[in-house]
Amino acid sequence: MKILELKNVSKIYGNLKALADINLSVNAGDWLSIMGPSGSGKTTMINIIGCMDTPSTGSVILDGTDISRENSVNLTRIRRDKIGLIFQQFHLISYLTAVENVMVAQYYHSMPDEEEAMEALAKVGLADRARHLPAQLSGGEQQRVCIARALINSPQILLGDEPTGNLDEENESIVVDIFRRLHDEGVTIIIVTHDPEVGDVAQRKIILEHGRVVDDIDQSATFGEALKLKGKS
Amino acid sequence: MFWRMIIKTLIRQKSKMLMIAFTVVLGVSLSTAMMNVMLGVGDKVNRELKVYGANITVRHKDAALMSDLYGLEGQGVNDKFLYEDDVLKLKSIFWGFNILDFSPMLEGKALMNGVDVGIIGTWPEKHVVLPTGEELNTGLKALRTWWEVSGEWLGESDDKSVMIGHILASQNKINVGSKITLNSETFTVKGIFNDGGNFDNKILMTLPTAQKLLNLPGKISSIEVSALTTPDNDLARKAAQDPRSLSPDEYETWYCTAYVSAICHQIQEVIRDGVAKPVRQVAESEGTILNKTTLLMVLITILSSIGSALAISNLITASVIERSQELGLLKALGAYNWQIVLLVLAEVMITGLAGGIIGYFMGIGFAQIIGQTVFGSYIEIARMVILIVAVILFFVTLIGSIPAIRYLTALRPTEVLHGK
Ligand SMILES: Nc1ncnc2c1ncn2[C@@H]1O[C@H](COP(=O)(O)OP(=O)(O)OP(=O)(O)O)[C@@H](O)[C@H]1O
Ligand SMILES: [Mg+2]
Repeated sequence: MKILELKNVSKIYGNLKALADINLSVNAGDWLSIMGPSGSGKTTMINIIGCMDTPSTGSVILDGTDISRENSVNLTRIRRDKIGLIFQQFHLISYLTAVENVMVAQYYHSMPDEEEAMEALAKVGLADRARHLPAQLSGGEQQRVCIARALINSPQILLGDEPTGNLDEENESIVVDIFRRLHDEGVTIIIVTHDPEVGDVAQRKIILEHGRVVDDIDQSATFGEALKLKGKS
Repeated sequence: MFWRMIIKTLIRQKSKMLMIAFTVVLGVSLSTAMMNVMLGVGDKVNRELKVYGANITVRHKDAALMSDLYGLEGQGVNDKFLYEDDVLKLKSIFWGFNILDFSPMLEGKALMNGVDVGIIGTWPEKHVVLPTGEELNTGLKALRTWWEVSGEWLGESDDKSVMIGHILASQNKINVGSKITLNSETFTVKGIFNDGGNFDNKILMTLPTAQKLLNLPGKISSIEVSALTTPDNDLARKAAQDPRSLSPDEYETWYCTAYVSAICHQIQEVIRDGVAKPVRQVAESEGTILNKTTLLMVLITILSSIGSALAISNLITASVIERSQELGLLKALGAYNWQIVLLVLAEVMITGLAGGIIGYFMGIGFAQIIGQTVFGSYIEIARMVILIVAVILFFVTLIGSIPAIRYLTALRPTEVLHGK
């Protein structure tokens, strides 16, 4: 089942085509990585899929809805219901504890539920860090809080723009391990990355260059193996 | 969650929030003080001006006509009188409560050492009991607070004594304690007064004494009245010319407002043959002074509000820009624009409220200081000011928040979240 489909999507800034005529379809439960040189349009694409930006032309069908022409209120609603976001710079609220940071996402989605937020933190192995402020957590731990926050409202798609970009080897594998478990639970995962190893663990790898898809590699053959190499299990 | 976030942001941004609160304290205290003074000052200025004399004089209608036509005053011009029993009816009019002091006057002439001298009978001091049972003290002494008196004021029933104007006294070499003869009756001079006006060559005595001397029992020539009045406006001026020119609604409003003309009108309704006239100069200067002070206070209030709005606007905008990543993140997490705006407004309003409460009480303090130093008395605290200040504060913070709100609604999460 298709959860996402981009049809002739372009994003134009002045005379720069950040995205040029992209066609892409993603099945529910897929694990995609997007790679490409700096400036190739990866972030632009993630922003459009994540309902934070709209394409200049073309259409984006997310779970049956064309989001390319929605107004910002509807985009916000779709985003909070269907999308989980992870950023390279984590973006935790510095004066709220780990569990409160997770609860913020609940608050803007429906209702804060501390118990549920604690469970989400436990899932990423941070149950004992729930009352710490972001500044008291390591980079890897902060990113795991972000993942817990992204997942708290059970999104259909998890989007990450270089989620491991600021992490060392060890934390990177912890995060990838979490992705693997999410994949097993059926979450669609789309991750932008510069790291070939992280790119390789996906089922499918998209290569962007100058706003175009130049390669679309099916990695399902090596998927399980790469995961084993990368994952802790 | 909402409140937890607000409280934590307030704590984290405490220096900025303190600045905002401080700005509000300044603005609110100034406005509160100004408005309380403004509302309290109407009464205060009137009470101040009261010392310059009665502001309404009631005379017989014929005497009033003669003096209007020919500029003639007093006895000899006219032999028509008012009745002493009408005097207390003054307190029974609709605005009776605003009648502060009053005293009947009987003017006439008597022979002293073979020469005609002006005599005035009055209530020097009077303890009256109204038909309603209410008691009050009034009399000329309350209306002539500026008199310099050597010796003593006449008492309520000093029927064998008189007071004498200082010019007449020095012309006739009369001192306190001297005996004088008026129409063959002998009196002791109890005091010599300096009025600075046309009383200075007259002899003052109690009303019964004058009525006996002039053989005019129960008669008086005029009543001096001091009343608290509302400054005239267009309606009052229109009514002063002819109350019958008002529409029923206007009449009602006018009648039920303490304009000098309305009070005069009501006095005429109870004093037989009486014509009540404001002592124009005083009444008008009261109005002008009041209007000018009011204008000044309104101006200060407006300026301080604008100043606060500008300062608040700067501080809030700075605070929002500083937090743009965090607020952009909330948007990315699914917060609608209005939710973010609400969050920021709630912070500002709470801060403003805290500042407002402190400022209000400081303002009341300032008002009292102004009252003590300028008017030498306590200023009545007008409850209405709380409401006015709250409304002003609300709009000032709201208007001050506009630039920040515009920034917030235009803020795009992509712009702040992917920055390196
Ligand atoms: N708001 C914008 N206005 C103008 N140009 C933009 C804007 N956002 C992105 N671009 C341009 O679009 C192109 C693609 O940018 P994008 O951020 O998608 O690249 P990227 O693949 O994520 O690069 P990186 O790997 O460095 O993050 C770049 O040339 C960038 O300069
Ligand atoms: Mg990028």
